[in-house]
Amino acid sequence: MSADEIKRLPWSLWWTQVLAIMRLELRKSFFSRRSWWIYLLACLPALLTTGHSLIMWSKGDWNHAIGFDSNVFGYVFLFGYVRLGIYFGCVILFSNLFRGEMLARTLHYYLLAPVRRDVLAVGKFLSSLAAAVLLFTASVVLSYVTLFMHFGRHFEEFLLRGGGLEQLGWYVAATALACLGYGSVFLLMGLLFRNPMLPAAIVMVWEGINAFLPPLLKKISIIFYLKSLCPVPVTESGGLAFLAMETDPAPAWLAIAGLLALAAATLAYAGVYARRIEISYAE
Amino acid sequence: MSREIVFENVSKFYGEVLGVNRVNLSIPPGITGLVGPNGSGKTTLMNLMTGLIRPSRGAIRILGIPPDRPEALFHHVGYCTQFDSFPKGMTGYQLLYSFLRVHARPHAEANRLAWAALERVSLTEAAHKKIAAYSKGMRQRVKLAHALCHDPQVMILDEPLNGLDPMARAETLALFTELGAAGRHVIVSSHILHEVDRISDQVVLLSNGYVVAEGQIRGVRSEVKEHPMQILIRCNRPSELASRLFLEDHVVEARIHNDGQGMLVRTRDADSFYLILNRLVLETGLEVETVAPADEDVHSVYEYLVGGEGENR
Ligand SMILES: Nc1ncnc2c1ncn2[C@@H]1O[C@H](COP(=O)(O)OP(=O)(O)OP(=O)(O)O)[C@@H](O)[C@H]1O
Ligand SMILES: [Mg+2]
Repeated sequence: MSADEIKRLPWSLWWTQVLAIMRLELRKSFFSRRSWWIYLLACLPALLTTGHSLIMWSKGDWNHAIGFDSNVFGYVFLFGYVRLGIYFGCVILFSNLFRGEMLARTLHYYLLAPVRRDVLAVGKFLSSLAAAVLLFTASVVLSYVTLFMHFGRHFEEFLLRGGGLEQLGWYVAATALACLGYGSVFLLMGLLFRNPMLPAAIVMVWEGINAFLPPLLKKISIIFYLKSLCPVPVTESGGLAFLAMETDPAPAWLAIAGLLALAAATLAYAGVYARRIEISYAE
Repeated sequence: MSREIVFENVSKFYGEVLGVNRVNLSIPPGITGLVGPNGSGKTTLMNLMTGLIRPSRGAIRILGIPPDRPEALFHHVGYCTQFDSFPKGMTGYQLLYSFLRVHARPHAEANRLAWAALERVSLTEAAHKKIAAYSKGMRQRVKLAHALCHDPQVMILDEPLNGLDPMARAETLALFTELGAAGRHVIVSSHILHEVDRISDQVVLLSNGYVVAEGQIRGVRSEVKEHPMQILIRCNRPSELASRLFLEDHVVEARIHNDGQGMLVRTRDADSFYLILNRLVLETGLEVETVAPADEDVHSVYEYLVGGEGENR
């Protein structure tokens, strides 16, 4: 297709339809019964970090330095968000976009409208993405602030002049990209599989053993790029460190480009696959 | 643009289960009754027309548009499904309004069309009630409004009269007649023939996934009456039986089986045939092993559909 032909496609019609779909879907992303799980997952790490600050305050413990807590946040981010909150949040939000409507027997409402199935997939995806990014970035900022708040004025100093704000910026960016990456993967899983929990578990194992994979395989994942974006390095191999294959993290631009490319490819495939959906509301 | 809905040798299998088989149809504008007992494939045909399922074999065109192009198809097609489920928490008005917004209609137009459709099915008073609180008949009517709110050329309506009280039923039939007279395609399914035959310009009879008869209702009736019925007989002296049967003018054909132990009879009057057969057995000592109808499809379906009333109408 030439550039001119691409320009002449009915982009404004598609955008109007995406917005109309989002108006319906956003309500579901934020207020359905499932969304309570997302709120819970988003709150958990922030509760932990608030607890940490409260304990430090009550003990009057000034022994540990801001640098130490900043390393701690690296772990909170990796295990509390990427591995747990964002991961399962995305499983819930995205893998049910089509499967859930199949179970509720409501998918035909959209399929009977003059809208391309791939446009429908994009509308649904963007709604869940908006919810995931909003909730999890807000939560990351909240955790970050609550983890350090017991440092009081020192934290202010660190934030404004010690590179804290920049760190936080990277965490927020990584959060948004994590939602994008995992979201696209689980949207596709929900289209491909009757029960998306199984592939979700497989993806989890694959992402989990990432540290032990040879460099080339490492790069076929989301976690590798997310770790590359983290402002503090986190080694997660623990006692099995001798098995881990250390690989230099990807430069930031490459990590971002890699994640965007992965999400775009996954979404494109989901869009093509959506054209083949058949309604089979199991009896 | 073609004016017809065309099925070319369409089959649909759900795994091993037959949905419909070798359907060839060409449906012109007007009201078409799609009639058959439960499980005969009415919904399957309608889902195929709207691309909700894809045929295992064959091709379908709706006014020249293949059903796998929803972005083009649903400007011209509205579908009132048999599924009795609606997006959660919606009111009747929201169902139509949001649907029209997904069509990319601007707010004012979507609002106007939604109200017009609700009015057509007499549901304006319940417009702002949650559909979850609707009665069966109201749900049926909001589905109907959903199918015609964008003023499509083709309306595919799966058992739209189900659950309607006599008043609503009469109103709905009048609406179909009006739409049919305006040159729209109105395809109405039902498992009761005389529910739709009065208003239908043509009917399609379905049984076990096969189209067993189609055409104008009068044509279908006579096709059923005049379509000779085949009966298979296994007996010891088929040639004697055949020569006797040829004296009857309702017998069209009597063919002796190769093994000389049976024959195939085609008759226009099965009842008379059975009477003669009984008489021959008594009079000549003919030994009959089996008597079985070889193709009872059209007859049995028709009998079933009209509930035995068909003869005196
Ligand atoms: N999703 C499905 N999976 C398996 N078999 C199916 C499915 N849908 C329909 N069938 C089978 O296909 C055949 C035709 O079913 P269909 O629903 O089209 O009949 P129908 O004429 O609409 O019946 P009814 O009057 O009950 O609505 C039936 O034998 C049915 O069991
Ligand atoms: Mg049906």
